[in-house]
Amino acid sequence: MAKKVLKGMIIIDSELCKGCGLCISVCPHEMINVSEVLNEKGYYPAQFKGSSKEDNACTGCATCAIICPDVAIEVYRER
Amino acid sequence: MNDKVLMRGTHIIGETAVRSGCRFYAGYPITPQNELTEYMAGAIAKLKDGTFIQAESEIAAVNMVIGASMAGARAMTSSSSPGISLKQEGISFLAAQELPAVIVNSMRGGPGLGNIAPTQGDYFQATRGGGHGDYRCIVLAPAYSQELADITRRAFEYADRFTTPVMILIDGMMGQMMEPVVFPEPIDPRELPPKSWVLDGAKGRPSRIIKSLILDVVKEEEHNWKLYRKYENIKKEIQEAETYLTEDAKLVVIAYGTAARIAKGAIKRVRDIGLKVGLLRPLSLWPFPRRILDDTSRFVKEFLVYEMNTGQMVEDVELALKRSSEIHFYGRPGGIVSTPDEIAKVITSLYYRRHLEED
Amino acid sequence: MTAQLVFKRPRYLKKTVFHYCPGCGHSIIHRLVAEVIEELGIGEITIGVPPAGCAVLAYDYFDVDMGEAPHGRGPAVATGIKRMLPDRIVFSYQGDGDIAAIGTAETIHAANRGENITVIFVNNSCYGMTGGQMAPTTVVGQESTTTPGGRDIKRDGAPIDLSEMLALARGSVYIERTSVNSIKNIVKTKKALTKAFKIQMSGLGFSLVEILSPCPTNWKLSPLDSCKWIDETITQTFPLKVIKDETIKTEL
Repeated sequence: MAKKVLKGMIIIDSELCKGCGLCISVCPHEMINVSEVLNEKGYYPAQFKGSSKEDNACTGCATCAIICPDVAIEVYRER
Repeated sequence: MNDKVLMRGTHIIGETAVRSGCRFYAGYPITPQNELTEYMAGAIAKLKDGTFIQAESEIAAVNMVIGASMAGARAMTSSSSPGISLKQEGISFLAAQELPAVIVNSMRGGPGLGNIAPTQGDYFQATRGGGHGDYRCIVLAPAYSQELADITRRAFEYADRFTTPVMILIDGMMGQMMEPVVFPEPIDPRELPPKSWVLDGAKGRPSRIIKSLILDVVKEEEHNWKLYRKYENIKKEIQEAETYLTEDAKLVVIAYGTAARIAKGAIKRVRDIGLKVGLLRPLSLWPFPRRILDDTSRFVKEFLVYEMNTGQMVEDVELALKRSSEIHFYGRPGGIVSTPDEIAKVITSLYYRRHLEED
Repeated sequence: MTAQLVFKRPRYLKKTVFHYCPGCGHSIIHRLVAEVIEELGIGEITIGVPPAGCAVLAYDYFDVDMGEAPHGRGPAVATGIKRMLPDRIVFSYQGDGDIAAIGTAETIHAANRGENITVIFVNNSCYGMTGGQMAPTTVVGQESTTTPGGRDIKRDGAPIDLSEMLALARGSVYIERTSVNSIKNIVKTKKALTKAFKIQMSGLGFSLVEILSPCPTNWKLSPLDSCKWIDETITQTFPLKVIKDETIKTEL
């Protein structure tokens, strides 16, 4: 049975993010890391690594968004 | 029930409250006002749209009133001195959140557990906040059973009109007294004008917040001044006092509530022996009826403040009149209810000591 | 990629930055409550009562009618609102000090009277807003600013099992303890909140969800370590479980 491979994408609002790192800890595909640029509140926000279609392993599982305390992540999934 | 009825004071308050559209009452048993709590239980049980809760504590009761008021109801709680102490935070919140509510205090002996006899020991507590922060509570002091009905009706009207808590201050004796009373017409609370700030679910409108936390000091100062302006307006609108035989008086007794009734009896006695004495009976304790006091002090320069405590309202009288008049005080705390004879003796002795029989 | 938005800010959470600390459980719980309110379609008839505590500003976040209660008195204020407006949904959102210290009487008696309200008990085992003092639910050995050396039963008393005590209140219908320290537990918490609100919608009585919540700032742990610490330590005193569920009986 062919496994349907979902392709996903997230948008992190860097001004809402507080750099708590919980999304990074739960992402099953290691698609999130810490930005080196401070946001206005003085946090290093999380950032989505999927810059191009080739290295994007995000499946839109939304695990990051579920644990994000600051509702900073929107999740998109391809159908 | 619009003929004259003979009813006990606490019941009169309860019946008037219900007739004024009060549909929420929460209270806790404490003597000497249990009959009011019990009356509300019975009266509300007969309605389809009211709630009576015997709360687990005085504190819970006043907080339930906060909630009911937030929901737009005419809400009331009642207690006696120590229980009113417990309610102070709630009253401060009602004032800060600008919520209407009626609180009835049937004063008893204090401080501490005191006793259950009538006193006027909570004047400071009622008029000087009692709770924390820069707020005032409208305080009304009836002395007659008919006034219990009239003032209770007015209390709910003032509370709604000024969106502020109103306290009705009585004592145990007044709560038990039975006199004829004519009740006001009943009001259907649904016919009261709608309140624009009610929390009843944001359907078809933006969501609302009722709060008193204002962390921004500039905004909190603004809010405090806003409340201040409201209280200044209330002071203009509410100045209630009764004067009795003050027109030709050389000495005016100032007393409220039960003390005023005793004083009236005393004044009748001394008038019989030619002493020109009158009575000024405040009905609103906050706002204190300054205007009527000032008017009276234009032609009377000797005042005897008689209270059932060790001297509380006398300070307000002194604030108002000390520069123009002589202020004397007579007080009996602890639950002693003086006889008119006793007060007549005090008045007479003061009258002659001050040489008021001379022109 | 024709992408579909599958996760976004719920309708009843205002678009604003939470003042909560990084990794704070309040933020997650607020979102879950807002999601549940939206999914149940009750946003326009819901009135919330925020506490004193870190969540005192909850009214800045929930886009529903909100009425502030004095510290600990949420269940009493909620009682007043619900009795006057019985067809609205009323919830009280409280921390552990609010609900189990100063507000113990109000909590127990609202449960005992079977008030048809939903209480959300956010348990971070300390007094967060005031800087990390001992709470009724601080566990033995836990450091706090008022338990130097860690909570000691003899000196400080034992932690209180309020939710277990509330199960004895005859008017309580549903009490569950969950956590938001992992994806699995967050999903369970949302289910518990949904159940609690549904119980209110059915008029069945008093429901409460206790949610073990990470407090990185006062526990002096990273957000991730705080989540782990809940599993390692707090759940030893406060196990995650359904403490009471009368609806099971009624269904049978």
